[in-house]
Amino acid sequence: MSEHTRDIIYGINGPVVYVKNARGFKMGEMVYVGEEKLVGEVISLTSEQTTIQVYEETSGLRPGAVVEGSGAAISVTLGPGILHNIFDGVERPLSEIAKKSGKYITRGLAVNSLDTEKKWPVTVKVKVGDHVTGGTVIAEVPETKSITHRSMVPPAVLDAEVTWVTEDGEYTILDPIVKIRHRDGREEALTLCQKWPIRVPRPAAKHYSSSEPLVTGQRILDTMFPIAKGGTAAIPGGFGTGKTMLQHQIAKWSDADIIIYVGCGERGNEMTQVLEEFSGLEDPRTGNPLMDRTALIANTSNMPVAAREASIYTGLTLAEYYRDMGYDVAIMADSTSRWAEALRELSGRLEEMPAEEGYPAYLASRLSAFYERAGMMQNLNGTEGSVSIIGAVSPQGGDFSEPVTMNTKRYVRCFWGLDKSLAYARHFPAIQWLDSYSEYVNDLSPWFTTNVDKKFVDDRNQFIAILNQEHSLMEIVKLIGSDVLPDDQKLTLEIARVIRLGFLQQNAFHKDDTSVPMKKQFLMMETILYLYQKAKTLILMGQPMSVLKQSDIFERVVAMKYDVPNDKPEMFDQYRKDIDKFYDEVLEKNA
Amino acid sequence: MAIEYLGLSEINGPLVVLEGVEDAAYDEIVEFQISEKEKKLGRIIAAYKDKVLIQVFEGTEGLSLENTRTRLTGHPMEVSLSEDMLGRTFNGIGVPIDGLGPITSDVRRDVNGLPLNPVTRLYPRNYIRTGISAIDGLTTLIRGQKLPIFSGNGLPHDRLAAQIVQQASLGDNSDEKFAIVFAAMGVKYDVADYFRKTFEESGVSDHVVMFLNLANDPVVERLITPKIALTTAEYLAFEKNMHILVILTDITSFCEAMREVSSSKGEIPSRKGYPGYLYSELATLYERAGIVKGIDGSVTQIPILTMPNDDITHPIPDLTGYITEGQIVLDRALHGQSIYPPISVLPSLSRLMKDGIGEGYTREDHQDVANQLFSCYAKVGDARSLASVIGEDELSDIDKLYLIFGKMFEKHFIGQSPEENRDIETTLNIGWKLLGLLPREELDRIDTKLLDKYYKKSVYDPSTETVEFADQTA
Repeated sequence: MSEHTRDIIYGINGPVVYVKNARGFKMGEMVYVGEEKLVGEVISLTSEQTTIQVYEETSGLRPGAVVEGSGAAISVTLGPGILHNIFDGVERPLSEIAKKSGKYITRGLAVNSLDTEKKWPVTVKVKVGDHVTGGTVIAEVPETKSITHRSMVPPAVLDAEVTWVTEDGEYTILDPIVKIRHRDGREEALTLCQKWPIRVPRPAAKHYSSSEPLVTGQRILDTMFPIAKGGTAAIPGGFGTGKTMLQHQIAKWSDADIIIYVGCGERGNEMTQVLEEFSGLEDPRTGNPLMDRTALIANTSNMPVAAREASIYTGLTLAEYYRDMGYDVAIMADSTSRWAEALRELSGRLEEMPAEEGYPAYLASRLSAFYERAGMMQNLNGTEGSVSIIGAVSPQGGDFSEPVTMNTKRYVRCFWGLDKSLAYARHFPAIQWLDSYSEYVNDLSPWFTTNVDKKFVDDRNQFIAILNQEHSLMEIVKLIGSDVLPDDQKLTLEIARVIRLGFLQQNAFHKDDTSVPMKKQFLMMETILYLYQKAKTLILMGQPMSVLKQSDIFERVVAMKYDVPNDKPEMFDQYRKDIDKFYDEVLEKNA
Repeated sequence: MAIEYLGLSEINGPLVVLEGVEDAAYDEIVEFQISEKEKKLGRIIAAYKDKVLIQVFEGTEGLSLENTRTRLTGHPMEVSLSEDMLGRTFNGIGVPIDGLGPITSDVRRDVNGLPLNPVTRLYPRNYIRTGISAIDGLTTLIRGQKLPIFSGNGLPHDRLAAQIVQQASLGDNSDEKFAIVFAAMGVKYDVADYFRKTFEESGVSDHVVMFLNLANDPVVERLITPKIALTTAEYLAFEKNMHILVILTDITSFCEAMREVSSSKGEIPSRKGYPGYLYSELATLYERAGIVKGIDGSVTQIPILTMPNDDITHPIPDLTGYITEGQIVLDRALHGQSIYPPISVLPSLSRLMKDGIGEGYTREDHQDVANQLFSCYAKVGDARSLASVIGEDELSDIDKLYLIFGKMFEKHFIGQSPEENRDIETTLNIGWKLLGLLPREELDRIDTKLLDKYYKKSVYDPSTETVEFADQTA
């Protein structure tokens, strides 16, 4: 279209392109660069110079080539077809790219974000004469077996009247479904899809405080450091500590309706693995393939750096869109450090004054803006939905005092710190219980009390206390060995060991242990604490720890995570009886 | 088209500035004619309307502001590819140096490569038997993986890499379709020669393509060496269906060259003076490994890097670890005890291992045995630090057992001779023999069924420092 700004390139430096003395470009505008029409974004404007970051490889670009504005900010297309799909950082479907360019991703490929030819079975939800506002659901489409897609009026519409609706039937995402007349008399045709700029949060009516946990099936998360629906969590850890593994586990087993998995600057093989594995796995709640509730954004580390920076926002926008339909969405960002490094790289190219460790001074404000897009919301259409953000952080040298981890810590309410020495001992998930925290424990206590058990929070706090005692006792043991400790402290160490091995450690490859329902988590806690209580009584009666250890009950309790199937909570009664028996036997034998 | 520009505007370290150039493209290759005979290559690293910034591969020595004639080639760095490259030796920018004449081929490829589409990748699952227990047993190498060796100066990383190459190529998965691409960046002559000899001795040299940028070769050249090597590897793997093992040594020199160029460009440094794009640059190398659906070949990478001052948190090993699928870490203390290979098993890791081992691949008990060995060896560390405070005699009986286990593990499991090629059965059986030193209750990572099947008590003979299963000595 002719009204869009056109100009020519003055200079190229890596992913950054300069245009001299251009008028008419807008900040954040999407532009097409060069003959191949590489996608770019305007990131700074002065009267002399326009700076553009290009989302594709710039090799071969020449000064003098054309830069053309699009008139709009960099946006994503939102509509049916997002789920069960894998996109790059600017929402181009990788399978379509593969059809066009084979095994490698070439440049300047014009592909539609969503399939424009596929016909969806549409049920129209409004009728002529209805008044609609932003967020009103106009049509429903069964997007996958588990998820109904609700197409909505774009959020900007204030008040409009429906003047025409189509019949229920099969339509593509470009066919008009509903026509509306705005208050100013302007008519507009609405389709199943809409566009939204990725850097702008989609509006909601109201932000609630969190009251319900995102149940992940991972004991150390659900019981010890729970995250709320609409909450934020950071998983920092050096390489090899299991960040990605933990993200995969949450993506597989959490009770969110929709999972958006953003692989930001990570490994290509890992994305392939997610794709292969999730297509084969069943959603534990619906029995449909996991991919049916999942969308993947893959911007691997060797794809252009500017798109890496955008991929996080693309993911968030998709998440907010599904939240608007009333779903609970969880977004996995793996890893936010790669995103921060992309910021640093671009900032360096722009020759901005660096702050800490070369990161730009706006790192903190970008991070806070990112995490603040999470939340449990009342949507414009009155439904409730949530976006929970779980961001992996890859600190340099595994040192948590570096800028990305430090700043992330300020804006998240759950901190799941992964520990190298636990990972070295192959204790997974390698979350260090002493450093990690969740600020949601109090907010969620009422939910645990009503939905699990009223003793749940107490038990959990006891666990934390025992683990902390262990930590201080270990300081002594490191100096003088464990033999000299009094028996009650030996017991504390033993129970802490049972908690670590039998409860905190969880085997992702075991069919039962990979994800554990809340009920079983609670009963496991109860059993361990019952053993503790009984053993403590014995110790108080003067029985030495060496006698207690002759029984195999401690090992049996450690193994209950494998021995009790998830659907047989009644088996824990037997453990209680066995602990009683152990108690009686010790007393009998050593009376 | 062949316009030549006479003269240069500025020479600064490895960079030159040329003004008044028309139609120069970013990343384009230029040719400098210095004298009748001498030519150099350079790459445009920033292009503006009136001037370009060029990085000269072979160093700027001998360039003058007046007499240099510059010609734009119109394309990025390319390399001619052919199967005839097998058995040949090239310099750091792909020019043959073995006196056998140039490679003639119609196939020319951009050395920068393109990212593989994750959708077309195949998740790697086939393990490569290296015959080294510490690798096969605990950090299994998978075909299509990138598994670096983190080493230090003076540690036997070259010997280890050579042994992997020899044994992996001679193992039962050896076939005609196996080849090695070897890229040396800033290594000493002796190191390059060592590899050449090893390849010759093991009879694989006609399956090796060597790219040599030695320590005294131009620094900037080594920025392009690994890219040429990987372009060759990708060609052989994905177009000629071969299984390629790429050895890149030493990544540290590559990064240092990048720092040098970045600083002469006047860029803002991030950590330790390395440029902010170090991660992206390393990623574009390492990510060029893998398997593609429907193609028989594969690219497996073993980059070697020497950690400056043995510091694993230094930016180079640190960023590498975040990109590669695990790492093999060598340890000076083990080396000091004459244990070969001195692999420090606790920080070593293979991310792809879990899907490439177990029943159908190696043996059903592999994962559990590996986990148990890791877990027990971690406890050895605790026992040792306790012993250093209170003395060995004061340790509890179980801690004493761990000390013995640790010593025997290092000697018999990690340690092996540079010629020894162990199969996976042998490796796992040594593992069980060592675990037999510990009481069964201590083995909390192994499934009960597997314990029933494999666990046997073993005894330690202090005079010979060996371990045998108890029933055999009885």
